[in-house]
Amino acid sequence: MENFNLILPEVFLSLSIFVTILIGVFFKNSYNLITNLTYLIIVALLLITFNSFNVSGNLFSNSFVTNSFTNFFKILILLGTLFVMLITQNFIKEMKLNYFEYPLLLLFSILGMFFMVSSNDLMSFYLGLELQSLALYILASFDRDNLKSNESGIKYFVLSALSSGLLLYGCSLLYGFTGSTNFEEINLRMEIENTGAIFAMVFILVGLAFKVSAVPFHMWTPDVYQGSPSSVTSFFAVVPKVAGIAILIRFVQIPFEQLVDQWKNIMVFMALASMILGAVAAIGQTNLKRLIAYSSIGHVGYALAGISTGTATGYNSTIAYISIYVIMNLGVFGCIFLMKKDGKYCEDIKDLAGISKQNPLLAISFLIIMFSLAGIPPLAGFFAKFYVFMSVIESGMYTLAIIGLLSTVISAFYYLRIIKIIYFDEIKNSFDTIKNIGITTTILLSCTILVLFFLYPSFLNNIVSTLSIN
Amino acid sequence: MNFPILSSITLLPVIGALFILFSKSEKNQNRNAINLSLFSSIVNLFLTIFLWYSFDKSVEGFQFVEEQNWISGFIKFKFGIDGISILFIVLTAFITPVCIISCINSVKTRLKEFLIAILILETFMIGVFCSLDLVVFYIFFEAGLIPMFLIIGIWGGPKRVYAAFKFFLFTLLGSVLMLVAIISIYWITGTTDITQIFEIKIPVKYQYILWLAFFSSFAVKMPMWPVHTWLPDAHVEAPTAGSVILAAILLKMAGYGFLRFSIGMFPIASEYFIPLIFTLSIIAIIYTSLVALMQEDMKKLIAYSSVAHMGFVTLGIFTFTPQGIEGSIFQMISHGLISAALFLCVGVLYDRVQSRLISSYGGIVNILPKLSLVFAIFMLGALGLPGTSGFVGEILILLGAFQKSFLVAILASIGIIFGAAYMLWLYKRVIFGKLEKIELKELKDLNLSEGIVLFSLAVLVLFFGFYPNLILDTAHISVEELIKNYEQAIILNQSMVK
Repeated sequence: MENFNLILPEVFLSLSIFVTILIGVFFKNSYNLITNLTYLIIVALLLITFNSFNVSGNLFSNSFVTNSFTNFFKILILLGTLFVMLITQNFIKEMKLNYFEYPLLLLFSILGMFFMVSSNDLMSFYLGLELQSLALYILASFDRDNLKSNESGIKYFVLSALSSGLLLYGCSLLYGFTGSTNFEEINLRMEIENTGAIFAMVFILVGLAFKVSAVPFHMWTPDVYQGSPSSVTSFFAVVPKVAGIAILIRFVQIPFEQLVDQWKNIMVFMALASMILGAVAAIGQTNLKRLIAYSSIGHVGYALAGISTGTATGYNSTIAYISIYVIMNLGVFGCIFLMKKDGKYCEDIKDLAGISKQNPLLAISFLIIMFSLAGIPPLAGFFAKFYVFMSVIESGMYTLAIIGLLSTVISAFYYLRIIKIIYFDEIKNSFDTIKNIGITTTILLSCTILVLFFLYPSFLNNIVSTLSIN
Repeated sequence: MNFPILSSITLLPVIGALFILFSKSEKNQNRNAINLSLFSSIVNLFLTIFLWYSFDKSVEGFQFVEEQNWISGFIKFKFGIDGISILFIVLTAFITPVCIISCINSVKTRLKEFLIAILILETFMIGVFCSLDLVVFYIFFEAGLIPMFLIIGIWGGPKRVYAAFKFFLFTLLGSVLMLVAIISIYWITGTTDITQIFEIKIPVKYQYILWLAFFSSFAVKMPMWPVHTWLPDAHVEAPTAGSVILAAILLKMAGYGFLRFSIGMFPIASEYFIPLIFTLSIIAIIYTSLVALMQEDMKKLIAYSSVAHMGFVTLGIFTFTPQGIEGSIFQMISHGLISAALFLCVGVLYDRVQSRLISSYGGIVNILPKLSLVFAIFMLGALGLPGTSGFVGEILILLGAFQKSFLVAILASIGIIFGAAYMLWLYKRVIFGKLEKIELKELKDLNLSEGIVLFSLAVLVLFFGFYPNLILDTAHISVEELIKNYEQAIILNQSMVK
């Protein structure tokens, strides 16, 4: 029974999914009921995970682990999903996406991410990854009468299937060359001269890079972000990234621990390429969702820069970075769901022109979040970057640090452009006033955290530094 | 004395800004906002004057030090002042209410937000001068970009977007290299507390590259030739109050940065790069003076003259003589007052005529006698006439420069002549001459608030011209300490090389 605690969140989540499916099948128009149930399930999961935050151990012949590291990421995933659901509720109803499958698919993908974050074996890792991806494919094309949404679903599916194939190939190679699927076993049997294992590592990293949309495996991101319904985009931009980064950290820390010299180069390249592409490609974008897609590519670059150091401070800085990234992106999407004009949701950044007069609160929220995304002190985004570069410079990677910081200057340009459109341009139109308590609280929370973060930055550090991966 | 006076001075404007944000009264909303902002900034001025009064001028090192654990374990939030920073804090606290009074007339839209931006900016500026930790310094130094970007962009002139972006990106680009240097210093010395870094002493081999990284940030902010091009744009497009803050305080952050960080942390590199600084300063002094001579826009002319004056400041700092450095500090304070006042004068004219071009004026001496009088004082101050504060700074810097290099001093003196030329010519074309334009005949002279601001500035310019000791005494011990540490480091290095 003691061990049962370790997997309690997953068991609870699976059982509740079965129950809600049944409710969805037997009751008609049960969207509202199921959404409310989903909130309850997420809150219950949060409580369960909080309650056993420091419990650690492994299960099923060491193929499933729970420790403070996995629990931290599970809480981040849950909080991300909770707030995404809060800000998208209105949108889903108005766009007639309110089928009961929608919240269920979210739950399925959370379940997949939970297993993925906790996996300690190539098999359980792959199953978790596929479970979350399958749910996401359907979500991407959920607006089934919309051509773009269908396109993005198919695009995501085809490319993701390809990357899953590579990943699976990598897994089988790894098994072939080390003789085990268990992460720790692999680490024990790994030898540096093991060229086959290095091949396997490259394939696995490619697959994971695809999931977190790091350059050069980012091509799907802008199209999928733009084409999917905004409610799904907000989920894409926040939650799967967290899970992807978590498993990436686990991979480089456990099975590939001894290949550090090899994966370091790959990471540094991906980090640099993502930062630069994220900064340069976003400049020309006019669609806000597409712009956020490129900006998220850039942010993943900074997160990878932390991992690429291969040190404990580096991993911690990545965890801090991704936490702050979640807060900022929830704020951005909260603002996007307030951009509604004559009953239609706007996505073009020109629609923001001059809203500072009509919607001063929305404007100031955009201002805070954009400056934070650009990494200007004293907002939280600066500290996120600061921690990352702290660890990067500690490892003596000055080129990465300098190029990274220069690309923040470039990326500052397009964040400033949004602020310019909001504050400096003449009024073109004004948005409908939307009174939605979920969106307002999310934006308010996000902005407050971003602004007041500098008063007590140790808070996040103290949590992150206690996380133990083993 | 345990009362955290520095933190209070830093935080007070933000608290004022919060009150303005939540103040609500439909009809006379602006009245409330103006009163609140004036109240908080003037209280802050009195607090800083009290601070100046209670500051012990005869002691070395930092006073009123406050320390707080900040980023768990490795960075401490540390505040403290010495004889150099106190002067800049007082200058900031003095200029802010001046800006607020001046914007009552000139800012037509969104006054409430403007006042909030100015007050937040004041917090960041005071924070820069108080901080004794590199990371804290960097945060305040960069954070000032946000309100200034908005001030230029929202309330600026027709090309405001270009100017705001140029200002922001230039400064950010310079600063990120400084961030790399700051983090490197942390990993080299294990701390970012500058008082500890002064003692630990950064190894010579790192100093050159770190010095250049800091230089890249300060040179943009100063601004030094050839990265000064953002300044004329920013000045021309910014609203009057924005130009005043920019010229009076934001530019001084860089000079302060050189004094506090570059010289203190990297004495060997500072000595090594003297020729570079001298060359750039001399080019700035002569070249920008010539450029200023040909300007048709009054604000642009003053902006270029600022670059030239800042050239004197860098020149003075890197002479490493007591006269040179004290002269630089004095020059910065005096330029803070004079350039602020000149921009205010231009602002007064602009509010009435809606033109900044020199050619749209002429012969207004009879219509605007009060303005012409104060304008004359500031113009003479800017060209360094004895009896004004501008003279003291320049003569001290030249005294320092002559000890180091005869040629440099001669060239700098030539710059002063050019300075006199463009300032006198500007004055002649705007104020004197024949009154030919009909629309100028209807102009009204200074109103009460403009009068108070400009005459108090004029009094200060003259006062410091006759009694510079008030400033020089405050800074004296700190400057001596600075030079002593610098010379010790140089001697130590020479003996190690041998």
